[in-house]
Amino acid sequence: MDFLTSPDFWFLTGTSLAKTIFLIFLVVLPMVSYTVYAERRVSALIQDRLGPNRTGFPLSLIPGFKKDFSPFLGGLGQPVADAVKFLLKEDFVPAHVNKLYFWLAPTLAMMPALVTLAAIPFGSTILGVPMVVANINVGLLFMFAISSVGVYGIVLAGWSSNSKYPFLGGIRSSSQMISYELGMGLSAVPVLLIASTTSLPNIVEYQIQNGWLLLPFTNGVFSIQKLLLWIPVFIAFVTFTIAMFAETNRLPFDLPESETELVAGYHTEYSSMKFALFFLGEYTAMIAGSALIVVLFLGGYHIPFIPNGDGKGGLSFLHVIPGTVWGIVNITAFFAKVAALLFVFIWVRWTLPRFRYDQLMKLGWLYIFEIALANIFLTAGILAFTK
Amino acid sequence: MAYVVPRPNLTWKEKIYLPSIVAGLAITFKHIRRMLSGQTKVVMQYPEEKWDASMPEHYRGAPTLVKDEHDRERCVACQLCEFICPPRAITIIPEEIPAESKFAKVEKRPKEFEIDMIRCIYCGLCEEVCPEQAIYLRKDYAITGLSRAEMKHDKAKLYELGGVMEGLVHKWNPKK
Repeated sequence: MDFLTSPDFWFLTGTSLAKTIFLIFLVVLPMVSYTVYAERRVSALIQDRLGPNRTGFPLSLIPGFKKDFSPFLGGLGQPVADAVKFLLKEDFVPAHVNKLYFWLAPTLAMMPALVTLAAIPFGSTILGVPMVVANINVGLLFMFAISSVGVYGIVLAGWSSNSKYPFLGGIRSSSQMISYELGMGLSAVPVLLIASTTSLPNIVEYQIQNGWLLLPFTNGVFSIQKLLLWIPVFIAFVTFTIAMFAETNRLPFDLPESETELVAGYHTEYSSMKFALFFLGEYTAMIAGSALIVVLFLGGYHIPFIPNGDGKGGLSFLHVIPGTVWGIVNITAFFAKVAALLFVFIWVRWTLPRFRYDQLMKLGWLYIFEIALANIFLTAGILAFTK
Repeated sequence: MAYVVPRPNLTWKEKIYLPSIVAGLAITFKHIRRMLSGQTKVVMQYPEEKWDASMPEHYRGAPTLVKDEHDRERCVACQLCEFICPPRAITIIPEEIPAESKFAKVEKRPKEFEIDMIRCIYCGLCEEVCPEQAIYLRKDYAITGLSRAEMKHDKAKLYELGGVMEGLVHKWNPKK
């Protein structure tokens, strides 16, 4: 009770609120809408087209402006136009649906993806405040637990729609997401063994001290143990990334949607903002997944030779510049890494065709699961023998 | 008798997918790179770029009326184009040229000349049938309007689009 009335509590509440608002409304949601735009532009480039390059910001509606503002690439107003379109469309609820679950499903698709972001350390510190919304010591388990709630959104959408295509999509997604959750969880275990913690900020801290897990010599120290550990870490990275693709229902694992077979899969019956919530949920899950990969394998917010937000570490002559600047650099570096991974997500989507259902199950249960399991023992063995 | 389809024997490289996935990613990245460096030729950006320059000589665009070098309307309101027009897009109301006009010898001219551009099929029969070479299909192809009335080209609009054509038939020229 004393804590609840102390200034510490208000400081904690205030900073958490500020961090949440910054992360969700200033970074992630704009990033989601521009990922959708990037998806369209990159897919167009891959297919030798131009993509949406027209929609500017409609300044011509304001008196005094002659032309719309469409900066460098053109079409940067497209996400805004899309959002307006989604908000103004008729929100149609078919008569044959189960109303309660039909309304519940889109929120269940969107919310878990947003909640998982709470445990992600997206920067070092700014003015002594750590840049993670919830610094919990079971961060990774929290991520897995909450992201597996996301499957309910899809299953409920498929079931409550009372129609065959959403139903098939819902069934497919439930089996797919549950299968790949195992592989994903097991792929992350080598990282936990090496860093010997499940707290995500501590995993990043470990990587700052000992070099990024995937690029082990970024701290400038060579050791035979790290060289040996790189092998299981690389395997874990590949299996984790594949499982992440399956978890976020991205091609080549987009069987729940598979528009060529199931119209639009689980969200066939949805329209307007409810559909948009599924859409945004998918992209938010992509961002959360990419952020997790960055934290686990790519050194989180860290850039080699750059100091942290508290002005420590890195090259000593950079300490002249105040730590706050480096804190901002760290946040930028983190989201730059996430954006690079998002590009890989998009790139893979427009390269690979969809798996057949039995191939998907075979890949998940016979390869990813087994490889991840064997990888744990490999990591444990290397750690035990090189101690 | 059942026909057994022989399954291809895959090598281990093909079985683990990954090399072909990497090859596929390389191909798509090559497309991105070529697009970004401008090596791939893509579609024309229509309102900014137009194909007017490469339009062929025989292009059939909007039908227009022309005047001769003495500012005389070439049309003598014979109504042949109105009769031949397959979609019946042309409506002509003829009138007599007043005696005090310097072109009184021509006798007739159109009082109203309307081409309904919603009906027009750009066949060019009006141009072919015209004995006075007064109606020409020009190269305008973007005929737009906000209402049906706007899409009806009247005489003033047709002369505006047509302009002057010189050195054609000279039978009404008193000097020749």
